[in-house]
Amino acid sequence: MKRVHLHRAGSSHGLCSRSMVLWPCLITMLTVGWFGCGGDVQFEEPHNAAMLQVSADDQLIAVPPPPFSKDVFPCSDCHEGEEVDRTRRVIEDHEDVVFDHDSENRWCLDCHDADNRDKLRLASGALLEFTESYRLCGQCHGPKLKDWKAGAHGKRTGSWSGKKQYLLCVHCHNPHAPQFAPLEPQPAPTRPENL
Amino acid sequence: MESQDRTTQPAAKISRREAIKGLFALAAMATASGCKSDSDALDAYVQQNFREMTPEQLEEALSRWERRYAESFGKEVEVSATPAREGVLFGYALDISRCIGCRRCVYACVDENNQSRDPQVHWIKVLEMEKEKGVNLHYADQYYDREVVPHPGKFYFPVACQQCENPPCVKACPVSATWQEPDGIVAIDYDWCIGCRCCVTACPYGARSFNWAEPHLEPNELNTKTEYLGNRPRGRGVVEKCTFCLQRTRKGLYPACVEVCPVGARKFGNLNDPDGELRYIIENKRCFILKEELNTQPKFLYYYGV
Repeated sequence: MKRVHLHRAGSSHGLCSRSMVLWPCLITMLTVGWFGCGGDVQFEEPHNAAMLQVSADDQLIAVPPPPFSKDVFPCSDCHEGEEVDRTRRVIEDHEDVVFDHDSENRWCLDCHDADNRDKLRLASGALLEFTESYRLCGQCHGPKLKDWKAGAHGKRTGSWSGKKQYLLCVHCHNPHAPQFAPLEPQPAPTRPENL
Repeated sequence: MESQDRTTQPAAKISRREAIKGLFALAAMATASGCKSDSDALDAYVQQNFREMTPEQLEEALSRWERRYAESFGKEVEVSATPAREGVLFGYALDISRCIGCRRCVYACVDENNQSRDPQVHWIKVLEMEKEKGVNLHYADQYYDREVVPHPGKFYFPVACQQCENPPCVKACPVSATWQEPDGIVAIDYDWCIGCRCCVTACPYGARSFNWAEPHLEPNELNTKTEYLGNRPRGRGVVEKCTFCLQRTRKGLYPACVEVCPVGARKFGNLNDPDGELRYIIENKRCFILKEELNTQPKFLYYYGV
């Protein structure tokens, strides 16, 4: 998959003023915090974070809040009142966002709502809270969503017999570049001859 | 005994068995007092097999160990004997299409289960295998040393106790120091183990570790919430292995390796729960067990999540 560095590629759009570029860009995203994501990730924290109750079909599940970068949400703080440009293009701002998630075919407004930056947008046009982003992911990744709800995909912590915490897709997969980053392994065991 | 009895019970009537018993008791006392002068040492010496203890004896044994650990580690240690839950059969599933070989589980296990840090004892061994060869133990390396994982062309295959339904280690133990608990966990009475290592050689998964030297564990590394059959500190000369973190799982928690896995490759639950994640995996995913041909019937499954 091609890696697109939004901030660099965006400079070729002479048409757009800086402010025009600013708004349509995807807010959302959690830029910085998401980038370290991949393996080591924020797994240490979810227990301490206030858990949200999210409804997945008939069951209530607990998930930690979405991993926004500091001070990035609500997105409307910056985007409020901006004129919406729905032209598909590379965005210059949100320079930490490296978009590598079917970048040939998708862009910001496929997931982010243009008129309400604090929401995500399903293909049906329905708006979605960031806390329920798994439903958005499930539009393309249906079998994974099914596995996640059943517990075969993704990470669950807590109690096998009682209350569990799930992680949202975005706690492990950066939504802008979902492939896991390689991770430094912990030390190899000592060989018996060196014990 | 009253003096009258003594006169009617001549010394010649003492049976051979009683005489030998008496001799052994004397020998035990002599040995124990030689090692340690407190009465705990003597009581420990005549301690029963865990499964034969009366509730009172068990209570005594637990508090005795709490005292001994408090003395040797200088802090309060809780030793309990939580029984298996009714109707529960523990199972484990590991998604080998997800595991990246980061070894977080290995060290989380060590921290949770009070393994010796020096000499090093690991209950989980993560094998690096070649994608081209598939699951083939002839092409497996547990000593891989990489800058980052996963390494191209490799996949990772963690192995620990498979909690067999038909466990060869239990059959091999000459003194019944290891057995299968009602929830499926193969447990060890570390106080009953004689260190013969028959179980180590009987296990086809290399899942059992022997304490060749005195285990070394710093007090600040000690997990003080312990179970008699689980993670309480062991001594030299006994065998130990994964217990599915029974000190956690019998209280309803996930094992430490499940909690730490950064890619969510590890799944744990009750095989008897038809709505649980394990049954979903068995019914919907490509699963296999390691060395199926040996009829050990592991309750540890490997599966492909993709």
